[in-house]
Amino acid sequence: MSASTVHSPAPTAPSTRTAPTSRTGATPVVLGGSRALLWLFGTALFGVVLYYFIGIDQGATSVFGDNMYIHEFVHDARHLIGFPCH
Amino acid sequence: MEGRFVARGMLVGVLGGLLAFVFARIFAEPPIRRAADYESGREAAQNALDRAAGLPVETPGPDLFSRSVQGNLGLGIGMVLFGLAVGALYSVAYILACGRTGGVRPRQLALLVALGGFLALYLIPFLKYPADPPAIGHEATIRDRSGLYLLMVGTSIVVLVAGVWLGQRLRPRFGTWNATLLAALACVIVLGAVMWALPSVGHLPANVHQYGRQATETPPPLRNAQGQIVYPGFPADVLFEFRLYSVAAQAVLWATIGIAFAPLADRLLAPSPSPDGRNVKKRSLWV
Repeated sequence: MSASTVHSPAPTAPSTRTAPTSRTGATPVVLGGSRALLWLFGTALFGVVLYYFIGIDQGATSVFGDNMYIHEFVHDARHLIGFPCH
Repeated sequence: MEGRFVARGMLVGVLGGLLAFVFARIFAEPPIRRAADYESGREAAQNALDRAAGLPVETPGPDLFSRSVQGNLGLGIGMVLFGLAVGALYSVAYILACGRTGGVRPRQLALLVALGGFLALYLIPFLKYPADPPAIGHEATIRDRSGLYLLMVGTSIVVLVAGVWLGQRLRPRFGTWNATLLAALACVIVLGAVMWALPSVGHLPANVHQYGRQATETPPPLRNAQGQIVYPGFPADVLFEFRLYSVAAQAVLWATIGIAFAPLADRLLAPSPSPDGRNVKKRSLWV
């Protein structure tokens, strides 16, 4: 859920502060934009997947079957970070 | 260009996770240990009651990892990887915020995005569903509690992003100061309404069915068949200490991210001298 919200604004409007020259030529921004979008999407996905394994996996849902190795190993961190735990 | 922001975001995230771990190891681990001790003591008392009542007693299997591993290596790796995850998300948020948040300079923006991350990913969800130490939390409701917590996190992200957008829309009409206050007020109202509408953990059907209508899952005193207290309720001081240090550990993490990222972003976005000696701004974040 974080993934969809974090990168929701598409990078169509280039920064007025950081990109004063990009207003003159739209094409380079669009080309750069699609590559940038890939970067943003990939990074957000990486962050969300890691967030999931630290916080949620082997609690409410489980990817690697019915064992508790991840859950028990990061047990204290999970409590402290504020995730619900058994 | 984006890759350089992402790499720096992850770097400061790992650094923040490391510092948060050091903080947590010193301050938070003692109350976590006391909570775990309470949990095992309560389990023993419950088993004694069950045996006296002639009920079958289930003996739990051995721990996968010892308390010492959980409290040192597990805590450390957990905090560092969490820092890495939020550092990655932070860099994405920072890139998206560049140029869309008014006349904020790169360094100030670094602090503001970190503040937003602290609020959306931790403090606002915490207000409704605060962090609980071991011994608090019923196995039967883990699915509901996880769903509600993530719903709170998602709502906080959406509301804060919408709040920034609203502030930008109101700025030409009301000025920066008043637009910021109005947007913040709108966020507080919407988030307050969501928190009011969502159920308390104790009011989940499974809990009401088994324990009656309690506000939370914090264990009350354990009583025997005659109603005498045979094991105390969860100690309030331990709960307070744990929650205080939980907030503080996150503050350490996000403050480190914001403060460490600020000079890095400043350098990435700073005007670079052009060959003929004039200062030219970097062309674009997207190129």
